[in-house]
Amino acid sequence: MTASVTPRRTVLAAGLAILFGSAVAGCGTSGPKPGGAGGSTDGASAWILSGVTEQTFHNTFNSWNDAHPDQKFDVQAFANDPYKQKIRTAVGAGQAPTLIYGWGGGVLESYVRAKAVEDLSDLAADAEVKGRFLSSVANGGKVGGKTYALPNNGIKPVMIYYNKELFAQIGAEPPKTWDELMSQVDDFKQAKIAPFTVSGQAKWPLLPWLSYLMDRIGGPGVLEDILAGKAKAWSDPAVTQANTKIQELVDAGGFVSDFASITTDSGADVALLYTGKAAMTLALPSAYQTIQQSDPKFVSDGKLGYFPFPTVSGGKGDPDDVVGNPSNYWSISASASDDEKKTARAYLKDALLKGSYIDDLLKDGNVPPVADLGPRIAKSSDPDYFDAVYSMTAKAPNFALSLDQALGPKAGDAVLTNLQQIFLKEITPEKFADNMNATLSG
Amino acid sequence: MSVLHPRTPAAPSRSTLDRRHGASGLLVLPALLMFLVFAVLPLAGAAVLSFTRWDGLSGIGWAGLHNWSAVMQDPVTGNALLLTFKIIVVSWLVQTPISLLLGVFTAGTQRYRAVLAALYFIPLLLSSAAVAIAFKAILDPHFGIGGAPGLGFLAQNWLGDPSLVLYVVIFVIAWQFVPFHTLLYQAAVRQVPTSLYEAATIDGAGRFQQFAYVTLPQLRGTIITSSTLMVTGSLTYFDVVFVLTGGGPGNSTRLLPLDMYLTGFAANDMGAASVLAVILVVIGLALALALTRFTGFSRMRSDQEGL
Repeated sequence: MTASVTPRRTVLAAGLAILFGSAVAGCGTSGPKPGGAGGSTDGASAWILSGVTEQTFHNTFNSWNDAHPDQKFDVQAFANDPYKQKIRTAVGAGQAPTLIYGWGGGVLESYVRAKAVEDLSDLAADAEVKGRFLSSVANGGKVGGKTYALPNNGIKPVMIYYNKELFAQIGAEPPKTWDELMSQVDDFKQAKIAPFTVSGQAKWPLLPWLSYLMDRIGGPGVLEDILAGKAKAWSDPAVTQANTKIQELVDAGGFVSDFASITTDSGADVALLYTGKAAMTLALPSAYQTIQQSDPKFVSDGKLGYFPFPTVSGGKGDPDDVVGNPSNYWSISASASDDEKKTARAYLKDALLKGSYIDDLLKDGNVPPVADLGPRIAKSSDPDYFDAVYSMTAKAPNFALSLDQALGPKAGDAVLTNLQQIFLKEITPEKFADNMNATLSG
Repeated sequence: MSVLHPRTPAAPSRSTLDRRHGASGLLVLPALLMFLVFAVLPLAGAAVLSFTRWDGLSGIGWAGLHNWSAVMQDPVTGNALLLTFKIIVVSWLVQTPISLLLGVFTAGTQRYRAVLAALYFIPLLLSSAAVAIAFKAILDPHFGIGGAPGLGFLAQNWLGDPSLVLYVVIFVIAWQFVPFHTLLYQAAVRQVPTSLYEAATIDGAGRFQQFAYVTLPQLRGTIITSSTLMVTGSLTYFDVVFVLTGGGPGNSTRLLPLDMYLTGFAANDMGAASVLAVILVVIGLALALALTRFTGFSRMRSDQEGL
């Protein structure tokens, strides 16, 4: 027994050393690397999203890298939801890529507050850059009057997409007012057609209903008060009326049956539109892209129609106001090295949304937020649709960012849950106001 | 502490105890170290974080008891606790009888039972995310299973009805985990000495009596193990629920672990999420200890005395 003790201890100690050594080494190699995956720690880096526009982003960075061998970007693609979490951790740890992909709104504001992103006001005022973007979209990159982000993707205004065949079947025209819309609900129901499809299972597709009604009834000031954190801002009569109208629409059978079980990640909500089971949907341009992918003939045969959100009688809002996601944006990480920052600034100034980048986006079904797009739209695959999206955004006096993005993360999470409860009639509009007011102080 | 140092009436003398502890104490070192680094340290970290204000981005600030009082006053927390207890109880009530009976059934030696057992086992091989995504598609009221001819009655508001959705979640979880517990019971039943059944047969016991008076008592330890796994497992149900419902509709499936995740990573309130994490640990610990204590499992009583 005694003889074997020493070797056993040695073995144990060696084992522990290996264990510890590898654990420490493991810490060293884990976590996001500032220089990106390629191992090039001196170059700038950018994280992009996989999916529809992934190739467009690869194209612009590839051609930039070819033309600037001394100012290369290392590009990595992530899926949407994992990206959103990874980027926040990376920014918090000072390990963000040089170019930070974002949505503007509350998240950008939190980056600015944490001094994690560069002030790009000088770049935005540069003659080369100024005037390149639509102003309503460029404003989405501003916080407190300064520019911290520049648009890099298509514009995403929400409008109502409809099935022209079903409208013809009951002899309906796109409704211009809320009252017309409500009366058409009965017509569609009598024809055994669901008026609206919506994914009630994912919560975010419900947001534009509240945003649009709030804006049409009370104007953009309602949201501005909320974002400014004014006490009891959610108790504004426009919010309560908007929620009341939503519940009236639910009561009238405005939404397809069992809509709360319908998912959107599989495209089941949009499928109801092009398979002729539901007449309309209030949606982002991603609905268009989904239809184009799943049933291209539906688009090419001219069965897909679209129109702006109707007005509400007596409402204060401008009927041209738009709700949605103005665009995605690039910010420059404050923790990047000076060289990396220089590279990023040069790219934003010389290559962002220029040349074939614009045509690539149009091919994806995205409308880039650049000025004077008319001639290029005319040469695209679906000029009417692209023009509708473009002119809607270009002439919008106000483009409100989706509520979950515009609000801070905490209130954004709360508004999703409470709005879903409004649609399910689990809470009253008054209770909604109370619950949301509680997030203003926190 | 009695759990860690069971003292039986026939305890060995002090010297043998010491010698045993000396050797085994050394062997337990690596595990103890792992436990300290990967369990105790993070746990302490979470406890400290629960008294701070942190959005995961800017600096960490001291918040005192603010998070604790905010979480305790939040009706969502109470709802999450209630849902978590509900899912523990109902899951146990649903899964235990099914897996017990299936386990007893598949413990037979006929070949068709081996084939069936392999089939039953399949759900366990699928990842939780895959299971949830598949069920999400199947349960779609318009394009799901209800669209199949003759199955129209299955086109229900499965995931959208707040009073129904929790039971749908419990069903999906049971579908996924019953095979595992079946496997436990199957193995346990095969361990029961045949002599017991022979004796019972001689005493004139029928199939039901054999099950009630031989099989069930012999499965005591397995029932406790399986129940402990089920109960503590219920506390961590996250992946399936997250993918299947995201906690909705409203808050109707926002279980405690999901609430913790959403508070931490959707609302970016790490302080409040840490409070929920600590609550979760305390409940888990209490349940596991209570289960082992009240079932007498800690006494390690033999079920086969005299054999």
